[in-house]
Amino acid sequence: MSDLIKGKTGDWEIVIGLEIHAQVTSNAKLFSGAATAFGAEPNTQVSIVDAAMPGMLPVINMESVKQAVRTGLALGCQINKRSIFSRKNYFYADLPQGYQISQFDKPIVGKGKIAIDMGNGEIKQIGIERLHLEQDAGKSIHDQHPKKSYIDLNRSGVTLMEIVSDPDMRSADEAAAFVTKMRSIVRYIGSCDGNMQEGSMRADVNVSVRKLGDELGIRCEIKNMNSMRFIKQAVVYEAKRQVKIIEDGGSIKQETRLFDTIKGETRSMRSKEEAHDYRYFPDPDLLPLVFDQEFIDQMAASLPELPDAKKKRFIKDFKLNDYDASILVAEKEKAAYFDAVAAVKGCDMKMAANWVVSELFGRLNKASVDIVNSPVAPESIGGLIALIKNDTINGKIAKDVFDEMFETGKDAATIIDEKGLKQVTDTGAIEAIIDDIIANNPDQVEKYRDGKSNLIGWFVGQVMKASQGKANPKAVNDILRPKLDI
Amino acid sequence: MSEMKNSNSLTNLTLAAARDGLQNKDFSAVELCNQYIDAIENAGELNCFITKTPEYALAMAKKSDHKIQNGTAGSMEGLPIGMKDLFCTKGVLTTAGSHILDGFKPTYESTVSQNLWDSGAVMLGKMNMDEFAMGSANITSYYGNVINPWQRNDGSNAKLVPGGSSGGSAAAVASNIVIAATGTDTGGSIRQPAAFTGIVGLKPTYGRCSRWGTIAFASSLDQAGPMTRDVRDAAIMLGAMAGFDNKDSTSVNLPVPNYEAALTGDIKGMRIGIPKEYNLDGMPSEITELWQQGAKWLKDAGAEIVDISLPHTKYALPAYYIVAPAEASSNLARYDGIRYGLRVCDDGDSLDDLYEKTRAEGFGAEVQRRILIGTYVLSAGYYDAYYLQAQKVRTKIADDFKQAWQSCDILLTPVTPTAAFGIDEKQDDPLAMYLHDIFTVPSSMAGLPAMSIPAALDNKGLPLGLQLIAKPFDEVNLLRVGHMLENMAGFNAKPQFLASNGLTSKAEGA
Amino acid sequence: MSLDKTSVAKIAKLSRIRINDDKQDEMASDLNNIMGFVEQLSQVNVEGVEPMTSVIEMMQRQRDDIISDGGYADDILENGPATDMGFFTVPKVVE
Repeated sequence: MSDLIKGKTGDWEIVIGLEIHAQVTSNAKLFSGAATAFGAEPNTQVSIVDAAMPGMLPVINMESVKQAVRTGLALGCQINKRSIFSRKNYFYADLPQGYQISQFDKPIVGKGKIAIDMGNGEIKQIGIERLHLEQDAGKSIHDQHPKKSYIDLNRSGVTLMEIVSDPDMRSADEAAAFVTKMRSIVRYIGSCDGNMQEGSMRADVNVSVRKLGDELGIRCEIKNMNSMRFIKQAVVYEAKRQVKIIEDGGSIKQETRLFDTIKGETRSMRSKEEAHDYRYFPDPDLLPLVFDQEFIDQMAASLPELPDAKKKRFIKDFKLNDYDASILVAEKEKAAYFDAVAAVKGCDMKMAANWVVSELFGRLNKASVDIVNSPVAPESIGGLIALIKNDTINGKIAKDVFDEMFETGKDAATIIDEKGLKQVTDTGAIEAIIDDIIANNPDQVEKYRDGKSNLIGWFVGQVMKASQGKANPKAVNDILRPKLDI
Repeated sequence: MSEMKNSNSLTNLTLAAARDGLQNKDFSAVELCNQYIDAIENAGELNCFITKTPEYALAMAKKSDHKIQNGTAGSMEGLPIGMKDLFCTKGVLTTAGSHILDGFKPTYESTVSQNLWDSGAVMLGKMNMDEFAMGSANITSYYGNVINPWQRNDGSNAKLVPGGSSGGSAAAVASNIVIAATGTDTGGSIRQPAAFTGIVGLKPTYGRCSRWGTIAFASSLDQAGPMTRDVRDAAIMLGAMAGFDNKDSTSVNLPVPNYEAALTGDIKGMRIGIPKEYNLDGMPSEITELWQQGAKWLKDAGAEIVDISLPHTKYALPAYYIVAPAEASSNLARYDGIRYGLRVCDDGDSLDDLYEKTRAEGFGAEVQRRILIGTYVLSAGYYDAYYLQAQKVRTKIADDFKQAWQSCDILLTPVTPTAAFGIDEKQDDPLAMYLHDIFTVPSSMAGLPAMSIPAALDNKGLPLGLQLIAKPFDEVNLLRVGHMLENMAGFNAKPQFLASNGLTSKAEGA
Repeated sequence: MSLDKTSVAKIAKLSRIRINDDKQDEMASDLNNIMGFVEQLSQVNVEGVEPMTSVIEMMQRQRDDIISDGGYADDILENGPATDMGFFTVPKVVE
């Protein structure tokens, strides 16, 4: 779904390509044995290799290679059995080697394609250009001192996967959906924790505009975006900025820009102004990375069920609608939760989907609780549904019970017992209540019998009220109507 | 051994002889060490050392004596060596001969130096060298020229270069102020100075010695090796230096043979290849004659001489002067004034000012030239024509050698086209300097083991060497043939400046 | 081909080595001398030849994913020309 920008000279199409940097989940760094954990004291997770001391050499972490291949497979990409690490040469204060070890013309993973779900049933295929392994840089801190920047190398050498998309996206929503999907996939397979706040996943967004049918325009790269909301804002701002420049007779300068989250604007990055010439060449400290089909097969076998496959299965096996299925598979923990509900014997999964998506997720969201900390266990949801199905409680009571479950973590049966919420299906008891209500409301009975047949609802309501909601609605109807219709 | 008591007499012993003397308890490691410390003190004018470490040496020697006493001596126990200042040594200033590493004391020990200490060797100090190992005359060191202990016999007393880049190591071994020294060889930096100073220098197969902790010049070429008084010493020392290191991705996991045992004195039936392309136009006739003589010696010892061709030889040097600077331009980017060494930064300077001033002041002219060349050949628009082309040519050079191994086992060539030259000669033209490596670079480009062996004096009384080149990881045959060549040549001339002779000849000449 | 003063200035900038204006001509001449020498490489027919990526044929070794290094900030900072509160410091950079 394209977001066209209405300009003075007509409609403009936004063209977006993304580069996602995902930190590979590993204990140690890509080329050194230093730790990767977030938030340590400055320079404590730095080896002499990461600090680029004289004479230091890189040795590659097997886990990084495995996770790159697994991610490539999960993205449906071609895996290159021989790839080469190259040096990308540039000077920066937090780049100790004076080069970043990356992959250039022979990356570990080649072309592929993923489907993004636009939420309205629209599925769009986005091309993946490549995935390669590279070192992260350290961190420069600019706000500690009026005249100095402070350098912490803890991140220096952490493994990143850079995933490059084709320029296939046409709206801010598509860009956000792509990042969401990518995040979902890497979290499913465990190759990256997807934590955007901590910077484990961030995106460089390339934006250009063109008149429909024209060649691609000149693009600007917006660096280091770490939230879906900002990505959307930045894309819209940047596209409008470019349209304005072009329509005012200017031209776009290819450059790197930063998104100012406070002003909601993008601005040129001063430190990147100068012309780049990265002088890539194969790193002579490393050999070509070579593996065989057997290794690739092992990695493929290690992959869990991926979101697209899971969604298909949920729709096919559980007859879920597309919307519920999409929501349930979007995050691996949510999908795992639902699979655990499905494991409860005889559970009505369509009902379960409804309870999980609208009732549980809604409450979790409100309470800002993560699904993995859900007070309601999957088995309990199964139990609740079973009690609705066998008429132990009705739907209305069930919601109260669920509130209680969410509050206390107790299961449905316990709550029903404790609170005496068991549905009244005893026809004698219901009949007594009905007789009482008919006797006490002669006016209403008369009106009904005079043809105001929709008053039946009022009567049912009175019965439910009198039974504190526990009367079985069907039984109420079955008994009430013949008595009124005499 | 009464002469042992003389001031510096122990310094005349080869490494093997000193080892045997220590084992037989003819003298102690501390005695040996003290004689070397005295010798070094008297040889200051050669400028072989950047840092002397006599206290370290004595402490290590004491430990060695203890180990020799209790029978746990290593293969180099108590032997006082010089360490090229390219090897990082824990807590000891390590400079690579450069101003930019001012004050840098590594918190770690290079694998090669650690291996040597583990085998019992004693460190006398850090040897002078061409800055970042870039040079063939040891005239690019921030710490000044090294003087060759040899002098011409023409009475000129011209100060000669020791070769480079391992010039301090070479001069010190030749003048008996260290028993042996480590060198590193990128395009000839062990073999060429060995030839210029009349000692043995061995560059092992790429991957044989770990590069971890050795300051990089050109990563695909750099290799550490021994610089010694004779071939047996080289065999012993290589055994101590070599070995697999899992911290170096290019280190090869092969067992280290007993190299000394390779010196059997039997080379019967070995095929010695003579590559015709090493005949240069205008090469001094004494170089050509020595080469022919070398072939004859080996033939007389029972080897078979085979004429072979290495057609791409002439392209090795130009390819080297693309590949090595390219790698160096990137390897030396880390010297940026941020984490160690020199920082030149004035008030109000930007980060770029800091970089540019530090690197302009910290790097000497030759290093700057190579960084710029390297940057240029990797830059957009030139990469394919230069760097990529050079790496393809390199494949062809390596293929030439592979082809040659079909018909021979070892190659024999000259080491250098000339003997040592004067410090004031030739230094204006960087290119003329590069040509000194013309015979050593091809085997470096192919990663092959090669050795320089002193074989004769030229007509001015300066040493000339012969080079042997072997198949990958065939240091055993390299040493075996080298040992035979050494025996046949019977080279036993000594430089004018020799520790055990005192400084007489030098003093008279000065 | 020939390297002029402008290209020397450009590669000096890329290399972060300050070469003053009055030294650029001399450097250009030195570099041209060297480049002239390496020019002969273009004579070699390299059709179908793979560029060398490693001089000794061997496989890339891989390490296990274990934390075996780091945890010595003092060592990392020990040789630092300017440090503060566990950080290296440099002139302020504006992004």
